[in-house]
Amino acid sequence: MKFLRNQLDKVKHSFEKGGKLEKYYYAYEAIDTFLFAPNTTNDVKGAQIRDAVDLKRLMMTVIIAMVPCLLFGIYNVGHQHFMAIGQAGAGFADKLVVGLWQVLPIVVISYGVGLGIEFVFSILRKHPVNEGFLVTGMLIPLVMPPDIPLWQVGVATAFAVIIGKEAFGGTGMNVVNVALTARAFLYFAYPTDISGGVWTYLGDAQAVAGYSGATPLAVAAETVKGESVVTALNTFGAGWNEGVFTLQNLFIGFRPGSIGETSTLMCLIGALILIITGTGSWKIIVSVFGGAYAMALLLNAIGGSPFVELPAHYHLVIGGLAFGAVFMATDPVTAAQTETGKWVYGLLIGMLTILIRVFNPAYPEGIMLAILFMNVFAPVIDYIVVSANKKRRIQRATV
Amino acid sequence: MSAAVAEVVEKKSEPLFSKKNRKLISNPLDIDNPITVQVLGICSALAVTTQMKPALVMSVALMVVTASSNVIISIMRNTIPSRIRIIVQLAVVATWVIMVDQLLKAYVYDVWKQLSVFVGLIITNCIVMGRLEAFAMGNKPGPSLLDGIGNGLGYGLILLIVGFFRELLGGGSIFGFKVFEAMGVHYTGNGLMLLPAGACVIVGIVIWVQRSINGHRETH
Repeated sequence: MKFLRNQLDKVKHSFEKGGKLEKYYYAYEAIDTFLFAPNTTNDVKGAQIRDAVDLKRLMMTVIIAMVPCLLFGIYNVGHQHFMAIGQAGAGFADKLVVGLWQVLPIVVISYGVGLGIEFVFSILRKHPVNEGFLVTGMLIPLVMPPDIPLWQVGVATAFAVIIGKEAFGGTGMNVVNVALTARAFLYFAYPTDISGGVWTYLGDAQAVAGYSGATPLAVAAETVKGESVVTALNTFGAGWNEGVFTLQNLFIGFRPGSIGETSTLMCLIGALILIITGTGSWKIIVSVFGGAYAMALLLNAIGGSPFVELPAHYHLVIGGLAFGAVFMATDPVTAAQTETGKWVYGLLIGMLTILIRVFNPAYPEGIMLAILFMNVFAPVIDYIVVSANKKRRIQRATV
Repeated sequence: MSAAVAEVVEKKSEPLFSKKNRKLISNPLDIDNPITVQVLGICSALAVTTQMKPALVMSVALMVVTASSNVIISIMRNTIPSRIRIIVQLAVVATWVIMVDQLLKAYVYDVWKQLSVFVGLIITNCIVMGRLEAFAMGNKPGPSLLDGIGNGLGYGLILLIVGFFRELLGGGSIFGFKVFEAMGVHYTGNGLMLLPAGACVIVGIVIWVQRSINGHRETH
């Protein structure tokens, strides 16, 4: 640490006013404040905040909360790979290596492209580099399928950062979640690479006999009338990946899917970190799950098709609902700001997710579209909550 | 780009093209653009720009309708009772639109099919009605003609820019010519560009670029 500090101090003078690299001061400043808490102190006058938790520290907390998902995801990519090619006996290290080999390049590309654009914009607009991309850069790989072409990751990241964020004024000004913008971009631009059977990394190897790349959502959507989705899920994978879609395994997460989304358990650990540190809103997390569960119960009561009759608790562990609820819906910039608004916002996300899942076969995973949709409506929810509050207080006033 | 287009028009100029009248042509290309500044005619701009050919035909059709309706209304402007002026304007626009529609059907049938209802919908295009109300009702036929052509060009310019990027990025071609294939590069078409959302994004970027060049800001 001392060494880093010394090195930074040594080059500092050339970035300061009058130095030869003055133009790039904000690039220097970004690296400095990323590594060390800034040593600037407030003026003696005015409000004093005695807290080292600035935006960068806050973002790091979110990244730490994502680490369980990431590590599990890396291992799971390898695990699914060996299951799919019929080598169930492969060791822990082998799986980890395959997972790292697939996942790390995606992470590197995402950070490289995104931070590059952030640096360019901060130098052009002469403002400090925004820390917002620290989290986005990690979220983007976690919502990608394991064998997504790397150039697509780069293009999607560039699109999301420029159109989703910088066009609106940079970090904290974006209307919709940046990481989901990247995913939605790929979803509509190159649909064949992000839907269907892409959720398991096969590589050059031959898939085992009877292999199917279907996800639980696809299995549920394809179940024919008169059969039960639960039976179809329980018997799926017979012969090559026994019990991959049982309720217990769906919860733990050894199943194909986007890199970080598969494990509900890891998402809940992340949620715990976010809630304990006060980084994420527990109201949003709880209400997304609650909304989804309520909607699923309602559909169960109505009935009609096997997917509609899927037991409500299954909906909470399949697809990316847990990941979206914990890491995407809680994004403080795009979520509703008022406390009542957060409940409404979360509930609607959960309900919409299930509706899209069950009734729209073109979009098998509803959580992405549901969150993007509610991002747009979040200001309206806040507006209604604030107006209602004003109305109530005016009635109470006795002037 | 706008200067170059304005010059071409200028060459054919006669006394009619005073400095003030020249502005009628050049302003809609930049600081008074019907799409990027006045935000009119967005619907058709999103709908017909998946390829450049229909975009071009649509631009020409709109320019013809705007210019000729402007002239007719300008000639009639002192005799139209103001209470029924909208319906008179509509009748004139509708006449021109039907003529253009029939012409397109006769000579470029495939493009006409692609444009589908959007030729007919020129009748309700805000640019046409807007120019009639804002300009032709209060100006002589000469300037009205220029104003119609200018706004048609401004509309067409944006349509062609948007069409260029959508066709290039979405299908890898320009005017149906496979650019990337000709260069020997494999190109995966970007599906988003073929959706109206993609057009919306490109129109947004055009506005962004235009405003950072000319420094235009909304004034409240």
